[in-house]
Amino acid sequence: MSRSRLLFGTLAGLIIVAGLIAAPFGLKPYGIYILTLWAVTTIAAIGLNLTLGYAGQVSLAQGAFVGIGAYAAALLTTKGWPLGAAYLVAGVSCFGIGWLLGYPALRVQHHYLAFVTLAFATLAYLVFRNEEWITGGIYGLSNIPRPNLFGYLLRTPRDFYYFCLANLALVSLAAWWLIRSPWGRAFVALRENPVRALSLGVDTRRYTLMAFALGAGLGGISGVLYAPLVQYIDPTPFSLLLSLNLLLMVIVGGSGYFFGPFLGAMIAVLLPEWLQAASKYYLFYYAAFVMVLLIVSPSGIIGFFERRLAAARKAAAPPVPPMAEAKVAP
Amino acid sequence: MADFIQLLVAGLATGGIYALVAIGFTLLWQTSQTINFAQGEFVMLPAFFMLTAMSVFAVPFWGAVAIGIVVSAIVLGVLFKRLLVDPMLRHGVLPLAIATMALALFLKEAVKDFYSAEAQPFPPLAAATNVSIFGAAVALQSLIVVAIAVSAVVALQLFLNRTQTGRRMQATAQNPTVARILGIPVERMIMLAFVTNAVLAALASALVTPIYLAKFSNGEYLGIAAFIAAIVGGFNQVRGAIVGGLLLGVIDNFAAAYLSAQYRAALPLVLLIVVILFRPQGLLGRVEERTV
Repeated sequence: MSRSRLLFGTLAGLIIVAGLIAAPFGLKPYGIYILTLWAVTTIAAIGLNLTLGYAGQVSLAQGAFVGIGAYAAALLTTKGWPLGAAYLVAGVSCFGIGWLLGYPALRVQHHYLAFVTLAFATLAYLVFRNEEWITGGIYGLSNIPRPNLFGYLLRTPRDFYYFCLANLALVSLAAWWLIRSPWGRAFVALRENPVRALSLGVDTRRYTLMAFALGAGLGGISGVLYAPLVQYIDPTPFSLLLSLNLLLMVIVGGSGYFFGPFLGAMIAVLLPEWLQAASKYYLFYYAAFVMVLLIVSPSGIIGFFERRLAAARKAAAPPVPPMAEAKVAP
Repeated sequence: MADFIQLLVAGLATGGIYALVAIGFTLLWQTSQTINFAQGEFVMLPAFFMLTAMSVFAVPFWGAVAIGIVVSAIVLGVLFKRLLVDPMLRHGVLPLAIATMALALFLKEAVKDFYSAEAQPFPPLAAATNVSIFGAAVALQSLIVVAIAVSAVVALQLFLNRTQTGRRMQATAQNPTVARILGIPVERMIMLAFVTNAVLAALASALVTPIYLAKFSNGEYLGIAAFIAAIVGGFNQVRGAIVGGLLLGVIDNFAAAYLSAQYRAALPLVLLIVVILFRPQGLLGRVEERTV
């Protein structure tokens, strides 16, 4: 059973990757732009999935980290620094701020934590908007150059798309490895029962902070790619709404599932473009859909199908003894 | 001194509105562990019910307010509980909170798509005249807002403490299991809390909309203000929400005048973070027991 499933999974994965590589040849520049946006958004959602889905710490601040990353990239690259420097600055600063933001999580949980991170996201937005001398205020920063890869300028939409896709691939591999490592298991232990995790010798303090820092760092990376993608940034896209949208993406796709953020970002970024006709009312239907989905399956779309699959399998082979459910199956 | 009184009264008026919204917020938390992230939208929406009553059915202003309150009690009280909270509650506190975030988006988009994306004028509660207090010119409107907010809070306190139904509600909030054993219809009490929240939100809507105009995005800041008021005052206390609301309104107005107009929104947020970090139970709150 598991071998055929593995084969099926590998095959499906290969087809999707091939499709993503071939996609820009059949798309107009705008289509490629949207697909690039999907890749960039997914990176931020993967980060939030580490914090929320695996470690169980609510964060309404992911959008602020995307903003910090984007402003770091915009400020550095418009002054002639390479994008690599922006990766370093954004990654390190977001990791550090995320680490600090984790401290409240050591004291308070759930909704209190949601409020602290919400307050942080709103404060970050105010700084983006008001500190005109550094962020350009509401006028924003323009003429953000596309990056240079070993002397080759990624000017065309297609080149930049492949660059972002490669970034997404690297981030995915790193996340995949992390989730399977003892760290990932410690995150899950933290989510399922912090007191038990502590009594089993998991350093919950360190892992809580780490969950925030890693998630924030990926948010920063996403921002570093976002700035050269749109080439002009102002505070508007980094308001609380972005954090909220990222949170809903992770939940809709399936928080705590590896492919949840990919699917969630697809529904939030790609679907509105495909459903052009309904796009005026898209957010209205989307919000209604999220509510119904949460009632039916709080573990998102992937959780829904996984339960269906499990039920079908159980019906096919009833004498199997019940097993403990584990979301991170090896 | 005149400036000070002016700011104080204006602050108390905004604070009174925040308090109304924050009280409803804590009521929902106490009776059913619901964190309503759509609380701000619950204040935004009734204004549109009232506007519809006035423009479509040509009802006079105070009649429209009454209709708005009744419709809100049904839609934001009964339907909210039956359609979203009841089915979500079994999944736990956090999924329900996230569902209310989706509800906030839903209500906002509904108003934007099906009513208008533009700010709508809303009739004032009183003529734009000033009253002189200790030499300071204070807007009559602010005084009326304070008066209505205070009477609503006093009425609510009397209801909760002096009537049998109110005491039953408090018992439900404190310990649903024991309340049930004592024969209190717990389910009905919880529903009553939801209806009370909706009524308070609708009242706040009628008080705040003349100041801000009716717009789909009004709830964004009001919701945050209500959270902050509730948490700063103490999440598990109606009294705390009142103190938190008034404090926040006054701080908000003074910060805008004396500190920085750009960062007026920042001070309440900093206050929130400091309170959560150093006194998570709020200024007046009790420490909640933690269950493992």
